[in-house]
Amino acid sequence: MSIIKCDNISMSYDGVTVFDNLSFDVKSGDYLCIVGENGSGKSTLMKGLLGLKQVRDGRIIYSDGLKRNEIGYLPQQTGAQKDFPASVYEVVISGRLNKRGLKPFYSSADKESARLNMERLGIGQLKNKCYKELSGGQQQRVLLARALCATSKLLILDEPVTGLDPIAASEMYDIISKLNKENGITVIMVSHDIVAAVDHADHILHLSNKEVFFGTTGDYTHSELGSRFLYHNCHCEGCERHSRYHHDSSHIHKYTNRAEVERGE
Amino acid sequence: MNELFEMLSFSFMQRAFIVGIPVALCAALLGVSLVLKRYAMIGDGLSHVGFGALAIASAFNLAPLWVSVPVVIIAAFLLLRLSESSRIKGDSAIALISSGALAIGVVVATVGNGMNTDLSNYLFGSILATSESDAIMSVCLSVVVLALFIFFYGKIFAVTFDEGFSKATGVNSGAYNMVIALLTALTIVVGMRIMGTLLISSLIIFPALTSMRICRTYKKVIICSSVVSVVCFVAGIVSSYFLETPTGATIVLVNMLMFFAFSALSYLAKRRG
Repeated sequence: MSIIKCDNISMSYDGVTVFDNLSFDVKSGDYLCIVGENGSGKSTLMKGLLGLKQVRDGRIIYSDGLKRNEIGYLPQQTGAQKDFPASVYEVVISGRLNKRGLKPFYSSADKESARLNMERLGIGQLKNKCYKELSGGQQQRVLLARALCATSKLLILDEPVTGLDPIAASEMYDIISKLNKENGITVIMVSHDIVAAVDHADHILHLSNKEVFFGTTGDYTHSELGSRFLYHNCHCEGCERHSRYHHDSSHIHKYTNRAEVERGE
Repeated sequence: MNELFEMLSFSFMQRAFIVGIPVALCAALLGVSLVLKRYAMIGDGLSHVGFGALAIASAFNLAPLWVSVPVVIIAAFLLLRLSESSRIKGDSAIALISSGALAIGVVVATVGNGMNTDLSNYLFGSILATSESDAIMSVCLSVVVLALFIFFYGKIFAVTFDEGFSKATGVNSGAYNMVIALLTALTIVVGMRIMGTLLISSLIIFPALTSMRICRTYKKVIICSSVVSVVCFVAGIVSSYFLETPTGATIVLVNMLMFFAFSALSYLAKRRG
């Protein structure tokens, strides 16, 4: 059963079309990675999925009982947050606000959920620490805990490892995979780390200015677009063909040869 | 001690405290959000718009608060829109609106009644300027601001910390931005009679920045800046009475002293820690 279905959507950014007629669907429990070069429309698509930006054409259908207030979102950090005085607990529990409607104060269920999600991400002991004094990896965990407070169904992550050191980044990927596999949370992640995306996700949406790939990770690694960005040792017929095409450097050899000829060697 | 009682026996001093303390409290609460959202200049712009409205109201012999409250609220919404739209640069738009409104106010005030003492009262504030009906309305407005702030506390935090997240997860962040703008507009209109157009924004910005020197959580910053704001306000009024200095400016000076004191404390704490 699809949780999100995009039906021939087109979106534009400042009046310029970034993609046209894009269709794909995400099923409950999927781990989808949206990859692509800068300017290929990854962020615009994500804003569309989150309802922060209107689609120009087509429809985005939320189904499977998914409501707007059941989406958890891990945004990229803004400059204002770098010096924002707030405790870890205050940030995490603010994820529960979308469940509160107009009611002014947090209930004990909200507090319990905040506590559980902090424990789940291993930041329980940081509860009263100041957010801005944490390391980048810890800050991302805090924001992820907040996103989990907002949802138990769908997480949308915007470049979750940007700015993290390799160890923190791989920990972050492990946490996300665990949430997906063990807790059955659907994950949609925007990333430009294609290698890590292929390692962790089960579906790939590759946006490019000319072509689009959507399918399982397995299909992606053997596709034309995928093989252009991935170095791997697959020797199936398709990959060999793509690889010959991409690594065709005969024109370079020709050039050096001519230089040799001119020098009379 | 006797002098203190004598000071409190003047009805204009009583009014100044009754109007000023709730305003100082409101300004401090909202100031934290405005400073963190990088909207501090909006407070400044609004006070100039308020000045224009007050000048027009007095030129036409209308009750000043009844004119300036709606005008400043509309201006607050406009400024918020301007700073959100990417096409016009927010800070220059604010500068345009505030200097424009100030110019209108100055021209209208001088052409209308030619009273320059009045003008100076508006610009730099005066504790004598508050009438009894003004005082009552001011207190009511402050109570409304305080109540709404407490009611929306969680949401104001969320919208201040991360607007994108709030919006994406289904919190109506636009509406809460409007709430912040509305409350700011009310606070500024009420406070500018005492503090003056040119100085009211300090009441919003200083306590927040001062408490952020030391406090590390949002709740502590909110509480600390309310306390700092009220203490500075009272200390400012009392010292302006005894030193015979202008009230608004004295309050700003006390706030500045407090800011330096807190900065020094935070520096010491860092060196020790």
